[in-house]
Amino acid sequence: MPTLSVWFVRTALAYLAVGFLAGAILLINRGVPLGAPVARLLSLHIEFLLIGWMVQLALGVAFWILPRFRTGPERGREGPAWFSYAVLNLGVVTAGIGPLIGFTSMAPLLGHTAQGIAAGAFALHAWPRIKVFGAGAS
Amino acid sequence: MPTLTRWFIKSAMIYLVSALVLSIVMQLPLADRVPFLRVVWPTYLHLLVVGWLTQLIFGVAFWLFPKYSSTHPRGSEGLGWASFVLLNLGLLLRLLGEPRAMLGGDAAGLLVASAVVQLLAGWAFVANTWPRVRER
Repeated sequence: MPTLSVWFVRTALAYLAVGFLAGAILLINRGVPLGAPVARLLSLHIEFLLIGWMVQLALGVAFWILPRFRTGPERGREGPAWFSYAVLNLGVVTAGIGPLIGFTSMAPLLGHTAQGIAAGAFALHAWPRIKVFGAGAS
Repeated sequence: MPTLTRWFIKSAMIYLVSALVLSIVMQLPLADRVPFLRVVWPTYLHLLVVGWLTQLIFGVAFWLFPKYSSTHPRGSEGLGWASFVLLNLGLLLRLLGEPRAMLGGDAAGLLVASAVVQLLAGWAFVANTWPRVRER
């Protein structure tokens, strides 16, 4: 597994662990009220599990298993993919934690913008690799 | 395909079919007259996202991620099975408890148990998968 995939997948696993914890607290809160502030964990629960866990895992596995090139760097230009990793996580943390600490309107907007930029950067990296195995020299 | 992966994926498919059937029933005209169907939306969402998607990912990752070692290629089988059993137990407890709680019934025990076992399922999966995610 390439270094970037290790970072993507391990970060996804960390979000899974924290996102499940937030989900457990929210579910307990439905049966045993723990206080109004607990409901604010919902944004963290959703962002961490949908984007931080599922999307990030998919990007990490895609970087690992998409067809490689026979000449030049085998996975093509890695820069946009690394950029995607950094900006995606900036977006997840901003959109997930921002509302918890009071930034209820700006944080989701900034976080989702970062996530969109990250998706574009990853698409830029992956686009040439979406090809028949063995086809395309570089 | 390992036995545990087959259990994960077949269970995931059962959740997918069940959730989509539930989504049809929720849209029927009679749904407004059935209290359970009026409050089951969050449960439906979790059947789909946890029961189908997450469980499918758990099963495929257990199967295809890099091997841990030649003697224990998939890490701890015990942790893997624990994550499968706990995840499904937690979802079933949620299916029983969440609609009841939303209709005003006492479901605290069911919901706490569901939350704890699902959390343990997720953490068991993370603990078993983390050492397998590495460079070769």
